[in-house]
Amino acid sequence: MDKTPLILSTFCFLLGFAVTLRALKSGHYRPRRLNLAMMAAGFVFQTVFLVGRGRAISHCPLTNLFEVLVFLSWSIALFYFLIGSAYRLSLLGMFTEPLLFLIQTVALLAPVDTPHRLFAGHNPWLELHAALSVMAYGAFAMAGVAGVMFLAQERRLKTRRIGVAFFQMPPIADLATANLRLLWSGLLLLTAGQASAAGIRMEVAPRVLIWGGTMWVSYLLLLLARRLGPRRIAVLSVAAFALSAVALCALNHFSQVNQGTGL
Amino acid sequence: MSTTSRPHILCLGLSYQTAPVEVREHFAIPEAELPGALGTLTSMPGIAEAVIVSTCNRVEFYAAASDVPTAMCSLQRFAAERGGMVPAVPEPFFAHDGTATIEHLFRVVSGLDSMIIGETEILGQVKKAYAAAAASGSTSRNLNKFFQRAFNVAKEVRTQTSITRGPVSVGSATVDLAEKIFGRLATCHVMILGAGETSELTARALLLRGVKSVFVANRTYDRAAALAAEMGGEAIRFEECDRRYHEIDILISSTSAPHAIVTYDKIAPVMSQRPGRPLFIIDLAVPRDVEPSVNDIEGTYLYDIDSLQAIARQGIEMRRQEVSRCEQLIARHVGEFHEWLGAKRPESEAFGISVTEPTA
Repeated sequence: MDKTPLILSTFCFLLGFAVTLRALKSGHYRPRRLNLAMMAAGFVFQTVFLVGRGRAISHCPLTNLFEVLVFLSWSIALFYFLIGSAYRLSLLGMFTEPLLFLIQTVALLAPVDTPHRLFAGHNPWLELHAALSVMAYGAFAMAGVAGVMFLAQERRLKTRRIGVAFFQMPPIADLATANLRLLWSGLLLLTAGQASAAGIRMEVAPRVLIWGGTMWVSYLLLLLARRLGPRRIAVLSVAAFALSAVALCALNHFSQVNQGTGL
Repeated sequence: MSTTSRPHILCLGLSYQTAPVEVREHFAIPEAELPGALGTLTSMPGIAEAVIVSTCNRVEFYAAASDVPTAMCSLQRFAAERGGMVPAVPEPFFAHDGTATIEHLFRVVSGLDSMIIGETEILGQVKKAYAAAAASGSTSRNLNKFFQRAFNVAKEVRTQTSITRGPVSVGSATVDLAEKIFGRLATCHVMILGAGETSELTARALLLRGVKSVFVANRTYDRAAALAAEMGGEAIRFEECDRRYHEIDILISSTSAPHAIVTYDKIAPVMSQRPGRPLFIIDLAVPRDVEPSVNDIEGTYLYDIDSLQAIARQGIEMRRQEVSRCEQLIARHVGEFHEWLGAKRPESEAFGISVTEPTA
């Protein structure tokens, strides 16, 4: 399968990040349409790659860790475009692009594009479960990005260190809202993903169920504990995504070990 | 038969940099008088096209002409007649010709020549002046192109540099910070504690950005009531304000109390009851009204007069640093426009004059 679109997409994210970083370093940062254009181009190349890959394997492209990482990256880019035009031209792209570049670089360089062992037979429930779960992680990743931005902006406000970047960042109220909105989106997708797992009718190792259940309960508790305040929710959303990333890798590992599946 | 000639654009004017207000006011031209003044100006010798920019900070006459000395004499005579002075360039006037005129207008519309660097009000004022001139028929190809190019330059300067970014006063620093905390201010409630002049100005700046309501508390209730009436707000008794903190999002304090009146112990319980709803406190008083430890409470952002002034200074400095980038951008456009202006064109086209070919 030709990986050129994926390589081009990775370069788009790198270029977008480099442009922003250079502008920030020179102290003359202004949100530019170039950042949005790079994100959009990267997203289009990702989509082209995933569609091609899906056709080549006749499955949803989630059959190994390589595809899971690319699909996760695509989900993050999708949420970047979904969470509102107010954030698109701000520094959100600056925080998102390096994350996408990192995920796709790991996918391209690490030996994780192994032969597809998942979906020996066609199981649409399994494909749906996998797709919804990875999209949920995409939403959680973006919530983490919004959380990092909230914490950075909040710290500047508290310490009164107001620089050029401060005026380019979205208001903390908007970041807190975006953070919550993304967490809810992720939880809804994760819930739908868990529900669709009921139709898979395959034996699943208990620790995989425990991991999945723990993630779901953790995010639910995080969202129900509104009295924590936006700062603590931002901290927890960053920590929760870091944990969920570990959980995703662990789930993939255990699934492969136990069932010869990708998830 | 048409002849060829190089058109010139010149400018005579005065601004806050060259003349005090008592001089500027003699030359100011009210909007209603502009068509008449433009008619007079374009009927004077050597002037083919004219635009008059008259604001509180500047009065400038722009003209397109083929004979610069004649046109400049006309501009001087016109200015002198307006100001009731002898027909000679008075001391406060500056005169530009050629690229200096082009550069001057590009700088003016970009806000580089303004009292507050990067302010954008001047662009609107120049646009209005140009529209008035165009409507009265005193502009043609040269000044049309000149002003339209100037507006494009101003837009480019605004979008490609940070010249309009950053607060430049305590009031604008407060408003900018409030917007970075709350986003839209339309749902914010403000309390003014102590009806001083600075707090009043700051509250007015917030009102202009659309805050929902204003409470005014003062030791003298009548003063609070008067200010509240002026601002369309609500006056409250000074003793009552502690019980109203939970209602507000922004607190502006500027009393003459000798000790802190807004303390950690008063604010902490309020904030614990409203997670996710920040409180922005602006302490303009000296000695300070608010205990510094209040800033340690989660969701509370405390700024005193020094920190606001530091932000305003930083904003001005940020804009100053952008000036050279703006100048580089302007220089490129000056060159391009000068080249366009210098291109050999038939005089009839250059000055928008309709020339009828003589018939045999």
